[in-house]
Amino acid sequence: MAEESGKIDPMHQFEVTPLFGQEWEIAGYAIPFTNSALWMALTLLVLWLFMLGGMKRELIPGRWQMAVEGVTGFISDMVDSNIGEKGRKYVPYIFSLFMFILFANMLGMLPTALVGVHAFTVTSHLTVTAILAMATFLIVLVVGFGTHGIKFFGLFVPHGTPLVMIPIIFVIELISFLVRPFSLAVRLFVAMTAGHVLLKVLAGFVINAGAAGAATAAFVSVPSFILMIGISLLEVLIAFIQAYVFALLASSYLNDAINLH
Amino acid sequence: MPQIAQIGEIYASQLFWLAIFFGLSVIVIGYGMLPKVLSTVEMRDSQIAADLKEAEAAQARADALEDGYREAMDRSRAEASRLTAEAKATAAKKTEASLKRAETSINKKLDEAAEALAAARAAAMAEIEDVAAQAAADMVGKVTPLAVDEKAARQAVAKELNHG
Repeated sequence: MAEESGKIDPMHQFEVTPLFGQEWEIAGYAIPFTNSALWMALTLLVLWLFMLGGMKRELIPGRWQMAVEGVTGFISDMVDSNIGEKGRKYVPYIFSLFMFILFANMLGMLPTALVGVHAFTVTSHLTVTAILAMATFLIVLVVGFGTHGIKFFGLFVPHGTPLVMIPIIFVIELISFLVRPFSLAVRLFVAMTAGHVLLKVLAGFVINAGAAGAATAAFVSVPSFILMIGISLLEVLIAFIQAYVFALLASSYLNDAINLH
Repeated sequence: MPQIAQIGEIYASQLFWLAIFFGLSVIVIGYGMLPKVLSTVEMRDSQIAADLKEAEAAQARADALEDGYREAMDRSRAEASRLTAEAKATAAKKTEASLKRAETSINKKLDEAAEALAAARAAAMAEIEDVAAQAAADMVGKVTPLAVDEKAARQAVAKELNHG
């Protein structure tokens, strides 16, 4: 692939490289501080700064406070409508999940290369999205078995299932339940990866065709660049939608665990 | 695809650092900051609700005041019209009384006048009788040689006058 687009490798942006602490390890597992970890830290920092603007706690909010309250209201309303009164406890987790993914998606799209830093999209890594999905799934399991005990298996037998069908339905429902963390992880990972690969490929077109002469620049570079602008805008939307979908599905799974069917 | 090619070498690091940074964001943002923001919103909502309720109460108070004012207005208007009617009635009564008084005095004067008239007429009548009797006696004396005494003439005249 690297040959096809000249020197530009659209996959290079996903490479994880250690920045320091190569010798750090816990129980034999290497845990160097990588560029991925740096962008996670930046995500947390920016998220914290954003939330700080909402901590003025004024009766008449300013713009920033309005923005923060808008997002918190958005998530708490979503949890309320999905789970109900019992879901209030989980708003902090769902909110952190939503905001962390959203800010990681957005930070990965910043044109930081202009100042010589290669932006890294944390959420374009299967390892990261899988951990987030697993954590969510684990919470669903703990809440489900914690509140309903063995009755939680009733989730896999919908009401009104004929007796003969129960074994088959149970297995089907169980599989669909167990697939949830994978679909959750893969959806976000694929969406972010695809968008960034597409943008990088188009950027390769712009640069390589521009270097090939004025005619190719006019016919390839300019249209590619215009397309990139459109796709970048679309990516902003996708960054939001994917974060929203992740949070929405997490709250809907939690609803299953709390209220069964 | 580095995400999959590198899994073996990076998963521990990814897990470790994500656990730290995402864990921190859940603890600091989710449990630390979010409830404060939500409580601010809730506080504002309840403040707005309380203000609205207060405004409603004030409105009700204003309505009650207006009702009271209107009632007082009605009452005083009724009082005024009652007083006017009373005054009118008193005035009418007074006028009636003075009219009656005037009437009686006029009637009395009329009666007196009628009496005086009747008396004058009777006197006039009596005189006419005398004169008539005299004239009758004189006429009889001139026409006939008979001498009529005054008394008989008077009787005849009275008789004629009564019949006539």
